[in-house]
Amino acid sequence: MPMIFLFLALLTVVMAIGTVTARNLFHAALFLVGAFFGVATIYVLLEAEFLAVSQIIIYIGAIATLIVFAIMLSRSMMGREAGGYNRFWVAAAVGAAALLALLAWVLTTVPFPVVDQPVPADAISQIGAGLVGPYVIPFEVASVLLVVALIGAVMIARERHRQR
Amino acid sequence: MTIPLSWYLLLAATLFCIGFFGVLSRRNAVAALMGVELMLNAVNINLVGFWRYVRPADLTGQIFAIFVLAVAAAEAAVGLALMIAIYRTRRTINVDEIDLLKG
Repeated sequence: MPMIFLFLALLTVVMAIGTVTARNLFHAALFLVGAFFGVATIYVLLEAEFLAVSQIIIYIGAIATLIVFAIMLSRSMMGREAGGYNRFWVAAAVGAAALLALLAWVLTTVPFPVVDQPVPADAISQIGAGLVGPYVIPFEVASVLLVVALIGAVMIARERHRQR
Repeated sequence: MTIPLSWYLLLAATLFCIGFFGVLSRRNAVAALMGVELMLNAVNINLVGFWRYVRPADLTGQIFAIFVLAVAAAEAAVGLALMIAIYRTRRTINVDEIDLLKG
């Protein structure tokens, strides 16, 4: 089990590093798909099967496709140098490394109240009941948010026919 | 439960920092958005990890992660639409050339 985790974690991290370092943006998007898939396998290890499947459908099926479409719609992004860094990249790298060191120190020193309990057998039906029971208001707000965001996206990206 | 919780948290922290670096360092706005997606994924690993190891009986952690997924989808749709609109008018989406609001 630890070996499987280490392999999947290493795969995910390598894919994530590829996402932020690839010069070609299209390659970066493909690395991003790999990272999403790695995170889905981590969910399987954590026994959250519903989330793993949602991750693959929503992230790989929808968001990654959207990103690839956006890259292909703007031709200059397909160029070789499109994935370059801005002039702050050294400071960004130092900041990210410092944040990682701080988080690693906190995460390894703080004791968490871990319990050894099995996941309920009807976890997926409990999620469904929760979404229409105690969490029905956030659920409806999320659906309104999605509708508003998608209509807004269509309105923003729509081609305006020379209306002044 | 042979894997300690801190391993998952360390993986999430690593992913978060990689995404953080991507957001801050990339010139292209779509590449920066990919960094944001990595950060959201890292947060979700944390939520699911804490659910599994601290409160596995009630599924609040998983439901939170589902809401994060929905908000991430909305964010990606609006962000990419903005980039397509900016690209159409300015012919660039390099974040250091989009400076119309700079005083």
